[in-house]
Order: sequence, then structure tokens, then C-alpha cells
Amino acid sequence: MGSYITFPELLIWLPLLAGIICFFAKKEHAAKSIAILFSLILLGISATSLFYTDAKYINWNAVNYFYPNNIGNTFYVALDGTGRLLTFLTALAFPIILLATSKNSYKNPSSFYGLMLLSQAGLMGVFCSMDALLFYFFWELALIPVYFLCSRWGGEKRIQATFKFFVYTFGGSLLMLIGIIYVYLHTPERFFEDGTHAAHSFALNYFYRAQLSAGDQNWLFWLFFAAFAVKMPVFPFHTWQPDTYDQSPTSVTMVLSGVMVKMGLFGVIRWLIPLFPLAAERYSHLVITLAIIGIIYASCIALVQDNLKKLVAYSSIAHIGLMCASLFAMNQISFQGVMLQMFNHGINIIGLWIVIDLIEKKTGVKNISQLSGIAHKAPVLTIMLVIMALANIALPLTNAFPGEFLMFTGLYMFNPWYGAIAAVGIILAAVYTLKMIQRVFYGDSNAITDQVTDISFFQKLVLGIIVCLIFLIGVYPQPVIDLTKDAAVALIGRTK
Amino acid sequence: MDIKAYLVLSLTLFTIGIIGVLVRRNAIIIFMCVELMLNAVNLLLVAFSKMHALSTAVKTSAAYAADAQIFVFFIMVVAAAEVSVGLAIIVMLYRNTHSVDVNFLNRLKN
Amino acid sequence: MNNVLQIAWLLPILPLLGFIINGLGRNILSKAISGLVGCLVVFASFLLSVFIFIEVKNGNSQVVHYFDFLNVDLLKIAFAFKFDPLSSLFLLIITGVGFLIHVYSTSYMHGEPDKDFAKYFAYLNLFIFSMLLLVMGANYVVMFIGWEGVGLCSYLLIGYWFRINDYTNAANKAFIMNRIGDLGFLIAVFWLIAKTGTVEFDQVFSAATIAKLSATDITGITLLLFVGATGKSAQIPLYTWLPDAMAGPTPVSALIHAATMVTAGIYMIARSNILYTMAPVTQGVVAMVGLATAVLAATIALKQNDIKKVLAYSTVSQLGYMFLALGVGAYTGAVFHVMTHAFFKALLFLGAGSVIHAMGGEQDMRNMGGLKKYMRTTHLTFLLGCLAIAGIPPFSGFFSKDEILAAAYVHNPVLWVIGVITAVMTAFYMFRLYGMTFLGKFRGSHEQEHHLHESPAAITFPLIILAILAVVGGWIGVPKIFVHGGHRLEAFLEPVFRESNAITTKHEITHATEYMLMGVSVAGALIALIYAWRRYGKYQQIETSPKGITKILENKWYVDEIYNSTIVQPLRSLSGFFNNIIERKGIDGLVNGTGKLVNYGSRQLRWLQSGQVGAYVLLMVLGILILFIIQLFL
Repeated sequence: MGSYITFPELLIWLPLLAGIICFFAKKEHAAKSIAILFSLILLGISATSLFYTDAKYINWNAVNYFYPNNIGNTFYVALDGTGRLLTFLTALAFPIILLATSKNSYKNPSSFYGLMLLSQAGLMGVFCSMDALLFYFFWELALIPVYFLCSRWGGEKRIQATFKFFVYTFGGSLLMLIGIIYVYLHTPERFFEDGTHAAHSFALNYFYRAQLSAGDQNWLFWLFFAAFAVKMPVFPFHTWQPDTYDQSPTSVTMVLSGVMVKMGLFGVIRWLIPLFPLAAERYSHLVITLAIIGIIYASCIALVQDNLKKLVAYSSIAHIGLMCASLFAMNQISFQGVMLQMFNHGINIIGLWIVIDLIEKKTGVKNISQLSGIAHKAPVLTIMLVIMALANIALPLTNAFPGEFLMFTGLYMFNPWYGAIAAVGIILAAVYTLKMIQRVFYGDSNAITDQVTDISFFQKLVLGIIVCLIFLIGVYPQPVIDLTKDAAVALIGRTK
Repeated sequence: MDIKAYLVLSLTLFTIGIIGVLVRRNAIIIFMCVELMLNAVNLLLVAFSKMHALSTAVKTSAAYAADAQIFVFFIMVVAAAEVSVGLAIIVMLYRNTHSVDVNFLNRLKN
Repeated sequence: MNNVLQIAWLLPILPLLGFIINGLGRNILSKAISGLVGCLVVFASFLLSVFIFIEVKNGNSQVVHYFDFLNVDLLKIAFAFKFDPLSSLFLLIITGVGFLIHVYSTSYMHGEPDKDFAKYFAYLNLFIFSMLLLVMGANYVVMFIGWEGVGLCSYLLIGYWFRINDYTNAANKAFIMNRIGDLGFLIAVFWLIAKTGTVEFDQVFSAATIAKLSATDITGITLLLFVGATGKSAQIPLYTWLPDAMAGPTPVSALIHAATMVTAGIYMIARSNILYTMAPVTQGVVAMVGLATAVLAATIALKQNDIKKVLAYSTVSQLGYMFLALGVGAYTGAVFHVMTHAFFKALLFLGAGSVIHAMGGEQDMRNMGGLKKYMRTTHLTFLLGCLAIAGIPPFSGFFSKDEILAAAYVHNPVLWVIGVITAVMTAFYMFRLYGMTFLGKFRGSHEQEHHLHESPAAITFPLIILAILAVVGGWIGVPKIFVHGGHRLEAFLEPVFRESNAITTKHEITHATEYMLMGVSVAGALIALIYAWRRYGKYQQIETSPKGITKILENKWYVDEIYNSTIVQPLRSLSGFFNNIIERKGIDGLVNGTGKLVNYGSRQLRWLQSGQVGAYVLLMVLGILILFIIQLFL
């Protein structure tokens, strides 16, 4: 017990520590450097953890501290396949985001970077925790810094947007808390190693053994699903997202869309389906229908969006809708497709935001109708965006293709009609993406875009990393798929 | 002695306290009425405690008899603290408004 | 085993390398270097293709497995290439014609700035790469990778001059229409996976033959795959993108939109021939759609005045022919026509490009005429191409078209009649084009006349090679009645279509009938040819506004307008409705309404917070009393 420093502990404590140090940093430069340095170290640790997946390294991957005489909660953190992939995504996303936006200056930078790192710690905790109370704690730890980040550093309408975000997510979280407590009260008695025992336990494996009737599962399902559906978001819980994405500072938007929406999907994988397999099966058609309506609906709205950021937001809603739908198809192909795609979507959308942020910085506008002809002013920027956009519409040999292919296959195997209707989304995605590229990049430049210059070497480097990842996973996705195999098999085991 | 007598006395004191708080506007009198209510409760607690101590059922355990009396001490301590804070507020009120009429307090609203 | 198939992975890697070099080095490479790189990699691929072809011809067909692309649960999708007669033949066409067009482009695109020139070659190389993947893929997924890849390159190259809005519109249209088709393809793949658990060609086909797939499954899958083919190969209802795609540079039209990419649908169906043979309903649909497209496109081509538009509709029409062949089970005929069509249509497009080049970008045939004496090589090669497409013996088009028509006659004489009418129309509009362009008097401006010249060698060399191929290319498929064992292509492709041929019952037609069929179609074509030659050889521009059927034909049967009003506009209004009504007023309204309700309620409750200490205490006492009452009496 605790004789090792485990990966999950490092992943959680390091950003927390760095965040606290940042708060006390006096100069902007110092805070920024600390944030970037620590996030890079974390990336290294997380990348190392990818090579210690074998069962014999269990002491490196899981740790469980308990407190005598308590209510049965433990500090139980571990890395499984899904968690490992998502912690890696988190660890990868933060340095990219911080580097890409390092030119932006913020008032009160030390608290900005501090809050960013705190939310990273929260995210890591969410993906690692194997204890319900701990999960809830980290869930809120990840969200609360974001409220502050949006409301202090956001755009003009930030207060409204943040308020909407807060009401939605907090409402969902509280419903989940009620659900957690109810399940807790139905878990079996727990005996600890030191001989003490608690009446109930928050630990994941005890939650899995909770005595829940089918009737209980039915309403508990919705309590948990509320929190996850808001976070994903699934139609019709999505309206906070476009506003928040539009109003947040871009780096926060990247965290939100690249990593934080995965919390909802992850919650479904780790908690919702395994805890309430009967209810999940019972309501799967309803959830899939909602998700598919969401895909078509969000794609249609994206068709008529003039705001570049909102367009990406709606496109993200459509993509997440597909992931949600194929999660509830509940077969191994769809599960692994979602796990792969969670990672890919994170990378792609962060890349997309970086480019859009650059456009907004260079021109000062984010309305498609005001932009035109950037392609011959900034060819490299255009190429980067076109690659990200093509990855976004899942063109083969980009990373999104294997993911979406598996998800559609899984969904189709669950029910052909769902698969076929959801696939209409790929046509609509092509329509709005190409239209956006055409309006913004092609044609002749106008007064606004005349002064646009191409991106710097440093920006090329950051975007180049993303592009490399896009093609690497697009051509050879199998290693990532193998990483999540055990987790998917275990999940299938719970649903049977 | 019959417990009823204590009950009646305590209830009377409590009612006087409530009515006093409700109808008077002088802060000091309201304050005294609050004390009156607290003490009415104290009286009741002591009375019941004594009654219990005399009953056969709990003779074996001395702790029970003392419980209510300990509560009384708590209440007295809390009351004392409250008095000091409350009086300080009233003094400040008087300094600002030259009156101890509680209706002046709604000026805080504006 | 030591053979050329071991290094076959180089085949797609070479053009990819060219793409990377030209793409990354576009700012530093001079035109000479980027052109050289672009051509050389394709030429190397061509040489490799020749070796592979020889290897396959010696009977060494095999599937080469590289790595697992996707391996989940029971689903295993390998990244593997399949080398058999069908793919090796397509490899030759793609890299061979591709190389010629690369060479042609070095001269045709010479006016472009350095970096655009390199970009152009990068795209062309990427196209070759994708097309090779499409053809070599040993399963539907690798094929789909190439399938979407060529769509992407087509999009990029149509929109090559991206500053012009019409061009980028055409590019978008091409990509989106292709995507609609791709959806059908994808769903067919999902269906296959759901039913057979595999997408490898060999396993799927054996699953079909051992009745693992029901008749409904096969029909459904083949129909959906055909939807994919209609998108990529420009058939009704998804053909309208191809004429618009002429916005791209002319060599691109020749390579992508005539010779190679648009035949991907035919390749795919030929590859899945066993599935189609087992689904007679689908075959009927394929034949009908193919024939309808052939006729429709031919009628439109009759009245077009843009030289490239005529060729584009002609391509659509010829592709319809190929689908007709597939539909009646003449797979060899379809592949044969793909090959000959690749030669003569690439030739025609490149010839048209040479004309456009000489005319300084002019594409309207009404402003041409009499180019015969200025551009001898172009004229001669173009004439050969026209004769080939018109089906005049002994040019290549005659043999392939004749094979298709004979097969159609066996299937149903009505198909044959319509096919011959289309062939007659083809001869007519091709010689209308020829007459208006090369015969008569020059009708352009003086400046243009002064500028007229024969194109440089880099342009005429591919024209000559293609012209030779257009003449002799058909000789590998001479019908049996002329030379016994003359149809060498059929013998070569026999392993691919063996199982289909075993299933279908052959109705042989008598030699007399076959001669009659040939005679009728050749006679029809000749009459149309001579009529068009005489009429348009002395073409004079007459200013009349078109009326009646002419107007409908000039406006392409108003198909674009119909699509616009039945699909595009409704989708746009639906999106507007979603955005303005449901999103803003509905869902947001609900959320904001909740907020407003709470706000209103709080405003009302605020009056309780009066600041009167007495009121607070009263409420407190009342509250306690209520609690008492509840506790004691209820």
C-alpha cells in the first residue's frame, strides 16, 4: 500500500501542485512557464504510462488508500484502458493548448494559468477515480475552474453564457449526487484490511455489487444520465454549449470541447452502463433516438450558422451525438469505436479551434460572411485548416475515419436503420464544412482579410504535431484500439 | 410537587415573551422578552430533569438526570454571548439613529 | 518466392512521395523540378505496373497483406492489396494515361506561378496515389479509402483556381454529390459486416456463393453499392456534378473526369461481379439507369456549345454505356469499354485542352472554326479520337461498343435499339464538335487568330501516343467472328469473371445476326457522322433565341433547377426553421423561461423581506405554530 508512487497519483497531484504554484507566481512569464513546463512533464509521465499496461504493472497503475472508521469512501485511483487513453488525451491537450495560445495575454495571468491547471487536475481525477465520491469531487473540481475562467476572461456576453453553463451543468451534477447517494445506501457492507468496517462503500466495485431492482435502475439511470447528457451534450440539453464556446476565451473552449465533453461519455462508460445495465438496455432506443435527432438537428443548424465558433460548436454536438448513440448500441465494435473517437475528436477539435483562434486574432471577426479569400494570403494556415476540417468530416486516412467507421458499424449491427440515418450526418457534415472553407478561404480577399499574414514557424510546429497525429492514427489506428480492448471487453461483460 | 405548576408558569413566561417581542418596538424590551423566553425554556428543562431523576426507571443511571441541566448551562452561555452581541448592536443603533426603535432598522434596505 | 509483387507496395508509395515532395517544397522548387518529380514518380509506377501486369499475366494472382487496419472483436480489416487481371489492367490504364497527362500538364500549366504549379502536381500525384489504393485494395474498406481519396483530389483540382466562386461551387457540388453516393457505399459495407463479418473480397464472394447471404441481402447490398457508383461515375440521379467539374484545368478533366476516377464505379461493380450476377433485380436497375443516363446525357450533348461541356456529357453518356454492359452481365465488355474510353476520351480532352490553350482560354465552339490549318497534329489526333468514339471500324471504340450492344441485344432487343440511337447521337454530336472547331472559317477575334499556333511537344507527344492507342487499343478485343481467339482481353480477364459466367446462361447469337447488328450501328453512326460533318463544317453563327426542345436541351433538362428547388431549398428552410424557431424560441426559450419564472417568483417574494423586525418575528411565530399544529393534530 502506497509503497509505490503510481501513475494516477502523479497525474492528479502534479497539475494540482503546479496550479497552486501558479497562483503565487508574480509575473505573467513565470506563471506561463510553470504551466507549460509542468504540462510537458505530465505529458511525459502520461506517455510513459502507455507502455505499462500489462497486468503485472498493477502496482504502478492502481492505488487504494482507505481511512479507518469512515463512511466507506476511499482514495481509490487506477488507470484502465479508457482512463489511460483519456488521461493521455488530457496530458496531450494541455501543452498543445497552452503553447498554441501562449501569445495571448490575459489580465491576472497567474490565476488564469492556476485555474487551467486545477481543471486539468480535476479532469485527471475524473478519468482515474474508482470511487464514486472521489469521482464526484473531481467532476466538480474540473468544472468549477471553468466557470471562473469563462466569467472572468470571456467575451462580451460571458456572464449570460457562464450562467447558462452553470445552471445546466450544476443541475445535472446535483441530480447525479442524489443518484450516487441512493446507490451508496444499497451497497453491501465493507470490511477493511485493518479490521474496521463500514456499512456501505463508495468504491466502484461495491457500486457494481449494489442491490438495485429494475425499477430502481430505471429512475437512477436518468439521474446519472442527466449529468452526463448535459456534459456531452445530447439534444435537447445542448443549448449551453454554442454560447459557452463562443464566449469563453479560446484556450478554455479548447479544454471544454477537446477534453471536458469526454467526461460525459466517460461517465457513461465507467458508471452509467455498468451500474444500470438493465435500464441502459431498456432506454437504449430512446437515448439513441435522441442522439440521432441531435446529429441531424445540429448539422442542419450548422448549415445556416454564420458564426465560425458556433459552427464548430454545432458540428461538435453532431459528432458527440454519434458517439453517444453508438455507446448505447452496446457491442464491442461500437464501444471501441467510441473510445478511439473520443481521443481523435479531442485532437481534431483542438486543432480546429487553434486555427479559428488564429483567424479571429488576425482579422478581428468571426463571422463567415465577413471573411473571404484567406487562402492566398495565408496558404499554410489554409492547408492546416483544410486538413483539420477533412479530419472532422472523417475522410479516410485521417484519424476520424477508423473511429467513425467502427461506430457506424456498431450502430448498424445494433439496428440497421439507426446506422443508416445517423450516417446521413456525414453528408451534412461535408456540406457545412465545405461551405465554410469556401466562404472563408476561397474567393478574393476583402478589406478585412487583406492584411492577413501567414502563421509563424512556432504555430506551424504546434499545428504540425496535430496534423502528424491525425495521419498517424488515420493510417495505423490499431495500437490505440488495442489499448482500449480490455476495457471494452469488461464493459461488455457488465451488460450481459 | 406537581409538574403542572412548572408547566403553567413556564408557558405563561414564554407567552409573555412572545407577545412582548411581537408588539413592542423598543429594542431593549424586545431583547428582554427574548431572554424571558429562553429562561422559560430553562425552567421547563430543569423541572423535567428533576422529575426524571425522581422516577424509578432511570435511578440506575445518573447521567440521564444531569443531561437537561447541562443543556441549561449551554443555553445560559449562549444567551450571555447573545446579550453581549445584541447589546452592542443596540448601542450602535442608538448612536446612529438616536433611537432604539427597531422599525428604524428597515433603513438598511435602502 | 521472389517476384515483383513483393515490392508492389512501392506502387502507391511513389506518387505519395511525389505528393509530399511537391507539397512541402512548393515554395522552393522550380517548375522544372516539380514537374520532373511529378512525372517521374508516375512513370516509375507505370513501369512497376507493367512488371506486375506481366507477373499476373503469367498466372500469378495474389493478395498481399501488409498490416491490420482495424482489428476489433471478430472484425478484421487488413490493409492488403489484391493483384489479379482486373486490378493489373486498371493499374496500367491509371499509371499509363496518368503519366501522359502529367507530361501534358507540364506544358499546359506552365503559365501558373511556381508554387501553384507545384501544388497542382502534388494534387495530381495524390490523385494517382488514391486511385491506386482504390484499385489495388483487397477489401471494400481499402477500396473506400481510395474511393474517398479520389473524391477529395477531384474536389481540390476542380477548385484549383479557388479565387473564382463558380469553380469552388462546382468543387463543392462534386464532393457533396460524391458523398451522397459514398453513403450508399458505406451502408453496403456495414451491411456486409453485419451479415458476413468480413469485407475482404474473397471471403465476401465465397460467403455469397455458399448462401451465407440471403437473396434480399445481396440485392440490398448491390443496390447500395450501385448508389455509390452513381455518385462516383456520374449516373442518374447524381450525374450533375460531372459537367460542372469541367471548371478544373483541362488535363484534370482528362485524367480524373474522363479516364480514371469516373470509371471507379465500373471497376467496383466488375470487382463485385459475382454479387451482381446473383442479384438480377439490381442488374435490371443498373442496366436501366445506365441506359437512361446514356440517352439523357447524349441528348444534352447535342446542344451544348462549350467544348468541354460536350465532352463531359459525352463522358456521362459513355459511362452509362458501361453500366448498361454491367447490367446485362457483359463485364468484360464494360472493362473493355473503360479501357478504350480511357484512351479516346483522354485524347479528346487533351485535344480540346490544346485547342483551348491555342485560343487563349476560349471554350465556346461558336467562336472557333477552321483550326485545321493552324493545328495539324491536334486536328489529326482529334479526328482519330472522334472516329474512335463514334464507333467506326477499325478504331477502338467500335469493338468495345459493339460488344456491349451485342450483349444488350441478347438480353433484350429494346435495350439494343436505344443503345444504337445513343450511338448515333454520339456520332452526331462528336462530329458537330469536330466540325464547329476544326472546319469552316475562323470565327474568333483577330487577336486570337494571330495567336493561333500548334502546341509544344509536351502537349502533342501525349496526343500522338493516345491517338495510336485509340486506334489500335480495340484490337485486343476483336470479336470471335472476325478472328478466332481474337478476344485476348476476355481470356485474360476470364479468372475474374469465371464464377459469374458459370451462373449465367449464355445465349449465343448467330453470325448473321451479329453482322446485322454491327452493320446497323455502323451505318447509323456513319450517316450521323456525314450529316454532322456537312452541316457543321460550314457552321455560321446565327443569332436566334432557342425555342422548344432546343431550349430544354441547352438548359440540360433543367435538372439542376429541379434539384435546387426540391432538395437544396427545402433543406435550407428546414435548417433555418431549426435555428430560428426550435433552437432560439423552443429550447432556449424553455431554459430562459425557467429563469424568468424564478426571477418573477423571487420578485414577488421580495415583499416579505420588508425590513420590519416585527413582521419577521410574527412570521417566525406563525411558522412555529403551524409546525406545532402539524405535529400535534395531523
